[in-house]
Amino acid sequence: MLSLKNISFDAEDENGKVSIIKNLSLDIEAQEVTVITGPNGSGKSTLARIIAGIEKPTAGNISFLGEDITDSSITERANMGISFAFQQPVRFKGISVIDLLRIASKKNLGRGEACDYLSEVGLCARDYVDREVNASLSGGELKRIEIATVMARGAKLTIFDEPEAGIDLWSFQNLIGIFQNMRKNIKDSAIMIISHQERILEIADEIVVLNAGEIEKKGRGVLILPKLLKSGQARANCGRAINKEDC
Amino acid sequence: MELNAIQKNILKEVAALESIPKGAYNIRANGQLAGRSNSANIEITTKTDLPGIDIRIKPNTKNESVHIPVVLSESGLKETVYNDFYVGDNADVVIVAGCGISNCGGQDSEHDGVHRFFLGKNAKIKYVEKHYGEGDGAGKRILNPVTELTLDEGSSAILEMVQIKGVDSTNRKTVATLKKDASLIVRERLMTHGEQSAFSIYDVALDGENSSADVVSRSVARDNSYQKLDLALKGNAPSKGHTECDSIIMDNGKILAVPSLEANDTDAMLVHEAAIGKIAGEQLIKLMTLGLSEKEAEEAIINGFLK
Repeated sequence: MLSLKNISFDAEDENGKVSIIKNLSLDIEAQEVTVITGPNGSGKSTLARIIAGIEKPTAGNISFLGEDITDSSITERANMGISFAFQQPVRFKGISVIDLLRIASKKNLGRGEACDYLSEVGLCARDYVDREVNASLSGGELKRIEIATVMARGAKLTIFDEPEAGIDLWSFQNLIGIFQNMRKNIKDSAIMIISHQERILEIADEIVVLNAGEIEKKGRGVLILPKLLKSGQARANCGRAINKEDC
Repeated sequence: MELNAIQKNILKEVAALESIPKGAYNIRANGQLAGRSNSANIEITTKTDLPGIDIRIKPNTKNESVHIPVVLSESGLKETVYNDFYVGDNADVVIVAGCGISNCGGQDSEHDGVHRFFLGKNAKIKYVEKHYGEGDGAGKRILNPVTELTLDEGSSAILEMVQIKGVDSTNRKTVATLKKDASLIVRERLMTHGEQSAFSIYDVALDGENSSADVVSRSVARDNSYQKLDLALKGNAPSKGHTECDSIIMDNGKILAVPSLEANDTDAMLVHEAAIGKIAGEQLIKLMTLGLSEKEAEEAIINGFLK
């Protein structure tokens, strides 16, 4: 579905040029959940932003559904079927949850349908549908609304950047349920999740481990996950590294 | 007097009126009375000393509304109108004002409405004022509203003031004095574009114990327009006051926010917030990832902000 070929991304900092992504090639397949994991600073979020068109790669090509989208804008990619859930959802003064869901679904979504999306992410729909997506919402509420918004898009490729960030333990169980459901109803679409969480990695068909802007490991989830757990690279819900020997 | 199509359209813009409203109303078109109706509890009379009307709302009047829209569709018309509202004790009413100017001619059209509100004990009003301008003539559309509120004990006023489009120049002044337990809530929405300029000045005095005021102004300045927002709050008694100017600037827009707080009592709690900035890049990006173009994203953000 999505093909990244020799993608590099350089940024500038006070010490000069830094390579965030180094000559990375990767295919994201339809009908699969691909989880990208790896330590902080390994380039995971940058990669997601490159796919969504928010960042332009320094070198390399991206194709989506057979079309070269390297020079396509964020809007063009969105309208082709790429959806992106932010790690830190954006707040808007005056824009209500239903407004955002209507923009996302590209139709005059009825209140009933809007409520269905919210219920699916575990929000009591009636209390939220008219709420403004502003500072009055907690981080966890905002995150669920963000997920409801990308669900309303029904895109071919949906990218989640650390969906668990800012979500409490209780909500986390619910979040896992959402992804399991999405996995079940994946049909011809694809899901890409950036995450460190063992429970999310468990849902993965394919796991890609990034390190310092390069693919360190890659393979079927069932094969890769045990190795990650052993090496302590995956994290339990409490945020502590899981090392089976410690448990 | 029959309203023509232009006047009817303006009426729709400023008062959301498709037809003659129910309840008490007074419609002023091109400086003349175009329709008036009183209700059993609300009486509107023409002033004898000055242009304008007196609106008297009897004590305990509940669930009634008063519409007093003004329409200017002649070029070169300049008027100052004085409207006084006497709201009886315990009354609870909605007042819809608003002025629309359609100026297709070469001369300036100007309407300066001076509205004074005298709220009795425990009276409540919701005052909705919308300003609108249209017409492609060289003549300017000018609106200079003055709103003065005198709030007696336990009374409360909610003001929604909106000026989104088409008014070339505006100088609005809102003055309020609050007695014990009175409260004032203001929600102002302002957008200027082209070469427009807007001044919005507030002077609120919290004179009574436990009085409170919450004034929030949201504005957008586009193109080469200029805005000055001047929010002054005085805490003269144990009271609570909050003012907020929240503005978006675009293109070559300019905004000057001048907040001032004056506490004359140790138990006066006054807070001011002011923020001016362009639309946050992340907001645009988020909406673009939902499929909107940059322009569409900008409009969605502004429409929400000014809602």
